Amino acid sequence: MNPRLRWKTRAFAAIVILSNAFGNLSLTWGLRHGAEELTASPVSFLRAIIGPWVSLGICLLIAWMISRMFLLSWADLSYVLPVTAFGYVLNALFGRLFLGEQITPARWSGTLLIMAGVILVGLGNPHSEGHTGESS
Amino acid sequence: MKAWLLLAVIVASTVTADLLQSHEMKRHGEIHDFGPGGLRRVLLALARKTNLILAVVCMAVSFFAFMALVQVADLSFAVPASAGSLVIETILARLILKEQVDSRRWIGAALVAGGVWLLAL
Repeated sequence: MNPRLRWKTRAFAAIVILSNAFGNLSLTWGLRHGAEELTASPVSFLRAIIGPWVSLGICLLIAWMISRMFLLSWADLSYVLPVTAFGYVLNALFGRLFLGEQITPARWSGTLLIMAGVILVGLGNPHSEGHTGESS
Repeated sequence: MKAWLLLAVIVASTVTADLLQSHEMKRHGEIHDFGPGGLRRVLLALARKTNLILAVVCMAVSFFAFMALVQVADLSFAVPASAGSLVIETILARLILKEQVDSRRWIGAALVAGGVWLLAL
């Protein structure tokens, strides 16, 4: 694989993983500390969004969405999905460290399996065909 | 029951959003210019793509369902469980997007799916 493409792919995969994990943490923290309980009413969602932690979480998740979109402009979906799944491991760790959630042995085993899958797919080529696209 | 219903909404909307995004971004082509001007041009061009607008709508549905889910379930359950879409998406990437999914990717996706299932236990 082209070294430039490999570097760019890894950098964007890291941005996708970190923005998603920190975004989810911030969102969950905000929803559990201070935000009122969500109901079917859109007003309750809007009130929750105004909170600082929820707002930060939303900004990070927008960054996640855009960086993932860019990554998908050259990497296959079937490559991006398993590689960025390392974020699930980070989410589990954040849940344990910051939200006081219990991580069972089954969850730790799951973490190891995900890491094995990520490493396996990450060693391969991010795109399987010569899609050149239209622009930029 | 409410958590599983929300989870089903998240998975369905995520699968739809990812397929639309991947299809449209491949049509657009690899992005090379990451300077402020280049990013602005790319984002403006992408904002006019119908498939991407639909993808963002699906992601918004997924996001609001996720917000409701983390209020009734652990984050360490909600995130991995919502990745149940991974296997469905890998199959659809092969069937709809015509990606060449080699044995390495199938095995990797299977390992990740197994791991996600264990995390959700």
